[in-house]
Amino acid sequence: MQPAADTFTLPDAPLNAWYAAAYDVELGRRLLARRILDHNVVMYRRADGEPVALENACWHRLLPLSEGALEGDNVACGYHGLVFNPEGRCVFMPSQETINPAARVRSYPVVELHRFIWVWPGDPALADPALVPDLHWNSDPAWAGDGKLIHVDCNYKLVIDNLMDLTHETFVHSSSIGQRSITEVPFEVTHGPNSATVTRWMIDVEPPPVWRAQLELKTGVPAGRVDRWQIIHFEPPSTVSIEVGVAPHGSGAPEGDRSAGVNGRVLNTMTPETERSCHYFWAFVRDYALGDQRTTTLFRESVASIFAEDEHVLAAQQRAIDDHPDKQFYNLNIDGGAMWARRLIDRMVARELPDERYVRSAEQSLAAEGERINVEATAADAERLGIKL
Amino acid sequence: MSGEYFARATVRRVVDVAPDVRLIELVPDAGVAPYPPGSHIDIAVSIGGIPDTRSYSLVGEPDGQAYRIAVKQVPDSRGGSRVVRALSPGQEALISAPKSHFELAHGRPEYLLVAGGIGITPLIGMAQALHRHGRSFRLLYSARTRAQLAFADELRELLGERLELFVDAEGTRIEVAARIAALDPDAELYLCGPQGMRDAVARAWLAAGRRADRLRFETFASGGRFAPQEFVVRAADLDGAEFVVARETTMLDALAEQGVELMWDCRRGECGLCAVSVLACEGELDHRDVFLSESQRAQCRTMLACVSRAVGGAVTIDSGFRSDPERPRSVAMQRS
Repeated sequence: MQPAADTFTLPDAPLNAWYAAAYDVELGRRLLARRILDHNVVMYRRADGEPVALENACWHRLLPLSEGALEGDNVACGYHGLVFNPEGRCVFMPSQETINPAARVRSYPVVELHRFIWVWPGDPALADPALVPDLHWNSDPAWAGDGKLIHVDCNYKLVIDNLMDLTHETFVHSSSIGQRSITEVPFEVTHGPNSATVTRWMIDVEPPPVWRAQLELKTGVPAGRVDRWQIIHFEPPSTVSIEVGVAPHGSGAPEGDRSAGVNGRVLNTMTPETERSCHYFWAFVRDYALGDQRTTTLFRESVASIFAEDEHVLAAQQRAIDDHPDKQFYNLNIDGGAMWARRLIDRMVARELPDERYVRSAEQSLAAEGERINVEATAADAERLGIKL
Repeated sequence: MSGEYFARATVRRVVDVAPDVRLIELVPDAGVAPYPPGSHIDIAVSIGGIPDTRSYSLVGEPDGQAYRIAVKQVPDSRGGSRVVRALSPGQEALISAPKSHFELAHGRPEYLLVAGGIGITPLIGMAQALHRHGRSFRLLYSARTRAQLAFADELRELLGERLELFVDAEGTRIEVAARIAALDPDAELYLCGPQGMRDAVARAWLAAGRRADRLRFETFASGGRFAPQEFVVRAADLDGAEFVVARETTMLDALAEQGVELMWDCRRGECGLCAVSVLACEGELDHRDVFLSESQRAQCRTMLACVSRAVGGAVTIDSGFRSDPERPRSVAMQRS
C-alpha cells in the first residue's frame, strides 16, 4: 500500500541483528560484493582466514572496493589505489606522504559460525556474538548435510511466511514431500518471549516418497506406515529451523523417542537484500548415515529443486503485491506461526526506533502485548538509521 | 503488506441518528479515497492505555467529502465504542484506508439485503448502489424498537416500498424461510446483524438448498446466545494463573491487559487466529464466532478469545506460551 501523506509504517527489518551474509565456502582470498539490508558490503578473508566485511564504496570517489584488489589483509581501490585495512582505515593514499585521518570506510562486525558469515548492519557496540541465531546443527559432528544460497525476488518476510506454514507443501510440492494429511491434521502454535513454534504431527500415515526412501536407507527394510513430524522454530529476525522426519508408526516418536526413525533439520536464515529481494541461506542436515556423501549430495539437490518451486511462488507473490498496492493480506488460522514471527520482528524493529509515532504503530501491530516499548533516541538517530520522519 | 497504515483525520460532524446510534464524519488530511459499498475503516484507539483498533462500516456510497461511520452505544462494549463515540468536531483521529471484505457482487438477478440493528451500516451503500444500477432488490431492516431504526427515513425516501421495516416491540418479524423461498434461484442474500439473526438466516438459507457462497454476511455486530457475564480464565501453561474477564471486556483484551499475549487479527470471530485450546470448562461456552464448525463448537476443545465467552464459571485454557528453546553453549564460537 502506498502510504499517503502523514501515514507511517515500520521499517522492514531490525538493523541490530546478525544476518547471514555468505556461506563459509563462498568467502576466500578474493572480494565478494553483496547487498545486505540495502548496505552494499564487500567481504573477504584475511590471510589467517578471519572474515572481513567493509562498506563497498571507496572513501574517495565511491568506486565499489569490490572492483579493486586484495593486498595482503587490506583492500586496494581499483581507481586511485587508496588502501583500506580490515578495520576500514585508510593506510595508503597516492601522491602524498601523509594520510588524511578522516579517511575510512565503514567496517561491519562479522562472525563466522554454523558455516555462515554473519554481518551486523546496526550499532557495532551492540554486536554480541552470543546473539548469532542458533543453527549449530550445520556444523555439529552429530549431523551431516549441506545447503545452498538462493536469491529470491521477494521480501524476506514472505519466505518466513512460507516456512512457518507447511500446509503449502501439499500444493506447491505435491510431487515430493507434499501430502494431503498435512492440511488435514491440526497443528499447534506456541510462542515464547523470543521464539515462535509450530508443531504438527501426522500419525499413522503413508510416508511421502522422499521419507520412505530415507527410512528404508536407514533400516534396510521396506517402510510401512509412519508417524511424521514437522516442528518449526522461529528465531527473530529471520531464522527458521525445522525438525522434520518420520518414524515407524507405533515406535514412540510422538512420545519423544525418535530413535527408530529418520531425523532431519531444515535450517533456513534469510537476509533482506532490498525490500523486494533477499538472500536465502539454507541447509538440510540429518542425524543418520553421517558418512554417506551420496545422501548428502542427493538431499542437497532434491531440496534445491523443492525450493525452486517456492522461489517461483514467492517471486510471483511479490509481483502480485506490487501490482495491488491497495490490497492487504487477509490472515487465516494457518498463518498463526507467521503472524507470531512478524510480531517478534516488529517488536525488534520498534525497539530501535526513535520516533514515537513509529512506536505507536508498532504497538498497534503488536497491540496489547502488555509491555511498553521504551525508546530514547533523537532525529539524528533517525537520520543515521535512514528513516524518513 | 506488513503492518497497518494509519492516517490522520479530523472529525467534521457528529450527530445522533437514533437514541443509541451516533453518526460521525471524518475528513482524512490526505483526502477521501473511493471505496466499494460494504467497506470499513479501522480507527486507532487506546483502551486503558493499550493501543488497539476498532472497525466501522462506512455508511453510504463515497461522496468524496468525508468518511461516515455510525457507532452504537453498547453497554457491554470493551470501551472502544465509548472512545470513538466521544469524538467531537475538530478532534483528530488515526484511521486506516477503507478496506473491502464485504463486497457486493454484480450481475445477480435479484438481491435480498437483511439488516438487524446497527448491522444496517454496510447495507446502506449496497442499497444505494443497487438502486443506482436499477437492480432488483429489497432491504429488510429490523430493530428492537422503532426509534432504533437509524437511517430509516433516508432509506424510505430512496427505496420506497423496497424497504421493509420490522420492529420486535411491535411484534413484526422477518419470515426468513418464506422470504428465501420467494427469491430467484440465483439471488444473493447480504446479511449484517446480531448472531441470533445470522444463525437463523444461515440455517434457513442452507435448509432451502441454496449455495453457501450466495449468502454473504458481515460479522461486526456480534451478540451471543447468552447475555455477557463475568467469567474466570485459568491459564494452565502459566502456572494456572487466573484472570477475570469482566462483562464489558473480552477474553483477548482481559488477558492482554495482564500481559498474556495471544495472536489475533480480525477481532470479530472470523479468522481463527486467537483460537485457544480449552482444557476444561465449568458451565457452558458461548461461541460467538463464524470460524468453528458446529461439531467443533459442540466439542468445546477450542474457543475464539476475541468474541466467545464462558457462561457461569471458569474456563481453563492453554494460551500457547512456552519458554524459548535453550541455546547450546558448547558450540558457541566454534570455527567451522
